[in-house]
Amino acid sequence: MPDNSAIAHGSPENSGDAHDEHPSYLRHHFNSVEQQADAAGFAMWLFLVTEVMFFGGLFTAYLIYRNWYYAAFVAGSHQLNVKWGTLNTLVLIVSSFTMAMGVWCSQTRRRSGLVLCLTLTFLLGLGFLGIKTIEYREKIEKHHVPGFHYSLQSFMDPQSEPEVYSEYHDKPLPLDMAVHTELYFSLYFLMTGMHALHMIIGLGILAFMILRARTGAYTSGHTTFVLNFGLYWHFIDIVWIYLFALLYLISRHA
Amino acid sequence: MSEHNELAHHIVGPGVYVVILFALLVGTGLTVWASFVDLGLWNPVIALAIATTKAMLVVLYFMHVRYSSKLTMLTIGAGIFMFLVLISLTLADYISRAWGNW
Repeated sequence: MPDNSAIAHGSPENSGDAHDEHPSYLRHHFNSVEQQADAAGFAMWLFLVTEVMFFGGLFTAYLIYRNWYYAAFVAGSHQLNVKWGTLNTLVLIVSSFTMAMGVWCSQTRRRSGLVLCLTLTFLLGLGFLGIKTIEYREKIEKHHVPGFHYSLQSFMDPQSEPEVYSEYHDKPLPLDMAVHTELYFSLYFLMTGMHALHMIIGLGILAFMILRARTGAYTSGHTTFVLNFGLYWHFIDIVWIYLFALLYLISRHA
Repeated sequence: MSEHNELAHHIVGPGVYVVILFALLVGTGLTVWASFVDLGLWNPVIALAIATTKAMLVVLYFMHVRYSSKLTMLTIGAGIFMFLVLISLTLADYISRAWGNW
């Protein structure tokens, strides 16, 4: 049916078998591979803008409550371990680098390089979650999880924790301020938890991509999936860069 | 749209990525070091300034925005602008809510 296919493809030159004339990954509603890639990239950025709004809401809540219950947020922040936070920041930055290298491998058609980069990114992401687990476990042991036998001891009697006290010399908080440390940890778990959820989703997609990359799926010209996943992964990195500064760093001398 | 197609083909190489990785690692070291120095009110300002610089490096180079189309740049710019509008209006509300009552 040459006439029908000509109408379907909207282009008189393609009146033969159109599949001989364009790459198999070019969808028929696009004019060119470039247009298809641009459309996918644009859509990915629109999605990331919605993510900016989502995390931005959490950041705004943190900013306002930190101003209201300043002493409680400072004392809560002093419970976080800057060493773990720094290590996790480094892990995530290196994973962003390996992801960027993966995009380059995909664009320059290096199959084994791409598999290596994606695998390294996966392992570094897993490492990040492992370190986060160590931190979460410490919060659970100290009863700093909001709503689950939450304990005010660290804040009303700071000297009961010598390792934290020796670093910050916090004064005991009065009860009406100490209760608001629970709000700090609510936001801490909400923000790092949503970040970790994004990481877990990313790891799932990475595993899928590694399997497909081994068969050469992304190294034969069609790089869109790797490219757009890279954008997602780098976005998670940026969210963590801000989380690290806001949760771990800015209250150390307050 | 020929300029556009040329941009779409731009491939960022390992050299750029290594330089940016190095800059991000230095930035992380710098922000952690600065947090150990008592700078009073400037501690959060410096931490957020370094975080924003790092974020911009990631967006411009790892995410290729420096080499991407004007549509992409406009999308991101509009998104960030909208976020700043929302956060400014929210903060203006909370700052002015108890105006004169303290």
